[in-house]
Amino acid sequence: MAEQLRMPIESGVPDPMPLMHPTLKANFGQWKYHDRPRPGVLRHVAKGGDQVWTVRAGTQRQMDLHTIRLLCDIADEFADGHVRFTIRSNIEYMVSDQSKVDPLIKKLTDEGFPVGGTGNSVTMIAHTQGWLHCDIPGTDASGVVKALMDELHDEFVNERMPNRVHMTTSCCQINCGGQGDIAINIQHTKPPKINHDLVANACERPSVVARCPVAAIRPAMVNGKPSLEVDEKKCICCGACYPPCPPMQINDPEHSKLAIWVGGKHSNARSKPMFHKLVAADIPNNPPRWPEVSVVVKKILRCYQNDAKDWERMGDWIERIGWPRFFELTELPFTKFHIDDWRGARQSLNSSTHIRF
Amino acid sequence: MAKKQHDTPNLDQLESGPWPSFVTGIKRLAEKNDMAVDLLGQLETSYKTKEGYWKGGTVGVRGYGGGIIPRFTELKDDNGKPIYPDAAEFHTLRVMPPAGMHYDTKTLRDMCNIWEKHGSGLIAFHGQSGDIMFQGATTEKVQEAFDDLNDIGFDLGGAGPAVRTGMSCVGAARCEHSCANEQQIHRSLVNNFLDDMHRPSLPYKFKFKVSGCPNDCMNSIHRSDFAVIGTWRDDMKVDQEEVVNFVKERGRKYTIDNIVGRCPTNALSLNDDDTLEVDNRNCVRCMHCINVMTKALSPGDDKGVTLLIGGKRTLKIGDTMGTVIKPFMKMETEEDYEAIVEIAEEVIDFFAENALEHERTGEMIERIGLVNFLEGVGIDVDPNMVSEPRQSSYVRMDTWAEEAEKWEERKASGE
Repeated sequence: MAEQLRMPIESGVPDPMPLMHPTLKANFGQWKYHDRPRPGVLRHVAKGGDQVWTVRAGTQRQMDLHTIRLLCDIADEFADGHVRFTIRSNIEYMVSDQSKVDPLIKKLTDEGFPVGGTGNSVTMIAHTQGWLHCDIPGTDASGVVKALMDELHDEFVNERMPNRVHMTTSCCQINCGGQGDIAINIQHTKPPKINHDLVANACERPSVVARCPVAAIRPAMVNGKPSLEVDEKKCICCGACYPPCPPMQINDPEHSKLAIWVGGKHSNARSKPMFHKLVAADIPNNPPRWPEVSVVVKKILRCYQNDAKDWERMGDWIERIGWPRFFELTELPFTKFHIDDWRGARQSLNSSTHIRF
Repeated sequence: MAKKQHDTPNLDQLESGPWPSFVTGIKRLAEKNDMAVDLLGQLETSYKTKEGYWKGGTVGVRGYGGGIIPRFTELKDDNGKPIYPDAAEFHTLRVMPPAGMHYDTKTLRDMCNIWEKHGSGLIAFHGQSGDIMFQGATTEKVQEAFDDLNDIGFDLGGAGPAVRTGMSCVGAARCEHSCANEQQIHRSLVNNFLDDMHRPSLPYKFKFKVSGCPNDCMNSIHRSDFAVIGTWRDDMKVDQEEVVNFVKERGRKYTIDNIVGRCPTNALSLNDDDTLEVDNRNCVRCMHCINVMTKALSPGDDKGVTLLIGGKRTLKIGDTMGTVIKPFMKMETEEDYEAIVEIAEEVIDFFAENALEHERTGEMIERIGLVNFLEGVGIDVDPNMVSEPRQSSYVRMDTWAEEAEKWEERKASGE
């Protein structure tokens, strides 16, 4: 008889309860308040009086086995063998014994994991896959983030921003990194270069035509073969055709640049959630450390830190001071490209005489 | 011992500096693992040429149609042979983490052992999709790696045009702002759609995210098609003694400037005796004052969730935020959970039938209008769904009387 092939156990999302730190489990839904004794540490107090200290540390996200095992050793020694991760790939250790907090911080710091990322800090950058694993990347992700977090390390381990700063990076214009107070995203500047020999076999042409946001792609016969052509006057160089049709190469070592966007947020606190807006572009994609990006990011952060009032997120701050002042403070050029022409663009124009002089 | 490592002058520059280095980590793997050696070789090439070298393909596990991200190298010599053969196949397994991303070290160590045996040894906690990403397995090893992970209680997440891996915040496990059992909502929703996750057949991706309060730490409004966000209906709770303590500690100016003055609806006022007056009817549950005065202020007791539909990123029409389709639902009884799952089923059925290929829920709603969507899924209109009513008169309204009657009936029935 043929060997029975194993079929998947369709178990879905695992129940976190058996894996949860015992103090969290015991006080599930019963928390009263929290405070932050120091950057990188949260103290939560339960209604029944239990307390738990959370020590948050940065990781490289793409972790090797040795790193994960080391993080586990630390959890076994200090945190009852439990951890959790934040959405931004920080690791959190929960301890119910206050005397363990300082030794845990020391251990993490000694092992090279910066303790911070809480409160009004610049926390870990949400990022994508990049050259390490993506099939359509214009740049790397982990490397950009490593280079930037090296530069922003002091802002991760301190809480000296007006409010939290959430940064993101994305290695194509699909922007898997998402909204950010500061977002650093690939921006292509030239239409795709088409390898007409490969299109017919590699691409489902009607799907590719349908994928274009500005209807700039049409079927064509090129050198006797069915292919696709791009109306380069219409093309917005977004790269949407590239994933369904790899012969339409959008990535270019020189012409795929980086753009910086600011003022996005997801939280409903004070203002409604906001999308980030373009502030800088044409920044070279310059591995391994992307120094031109750090210069702009640090300049924006410095202006925000100096000029924003307590609790203003980047977007709140700019709404208060106005965009002209933002460009003045950051010394970034304002160009015709900053004026939106996509659908709904009219809503971004100033239909008033509200002007600051 | 693995084979000799390639020279990586570019990547080497990412080993210095205070932030943990993924390069150092992969180099340690490369001491024993040839796949890691060649991964570094290919990555170094990308750093030199500024080009990517992976292409997709079709790799899966028995019984499922998705959940593996196949990667084959395109970096080949003139004879079509991979330049870095040991990383020529470098597939990722997307694995769903426990809701809230809680782990014990035994589980993490088990995962490490499995991945040491079958893969490159590189694991990301977590990808932007919310998955644990086990990065770097050959086609041959994918099934074995999955079988072992599946045996310790883990399942593949979503990829392609499917229900995707969900996310939920730490929530009730460690946050006083929590207005719901985020983990249970997350699991109830996603685990009801495992067939749509593992056998991709929707027009495009569909994501659930659950945040326990309007701070929306899971970015659900923008980053999910179906956002569930905790909120409350009754008055927020004020411990006046703690308000007085806060004012004493931080000062009146700070309190007025940063608490009272930052309320988006001017619903707060500081009394002469340093207690706080709250106009709860006009509080929009933005969380700012509660975030700052954690001891003095907290959400009310009549908790539940708001549902928003249609968040997504740029492709193809531009970004959309989710918009309200249910201003409030209680999430206490089994019936409440059944009700939210039922809404999700209606939404996904409608999406499956009406969205165009590669169109997200938010884009479909943009194309057909919110009202057509609401009628399709059987949800009544509500003024909380809009920032403001229509501005354009270009609409046919000859059934106004009937629609007004429906509103009056709903009002009379106390809905």
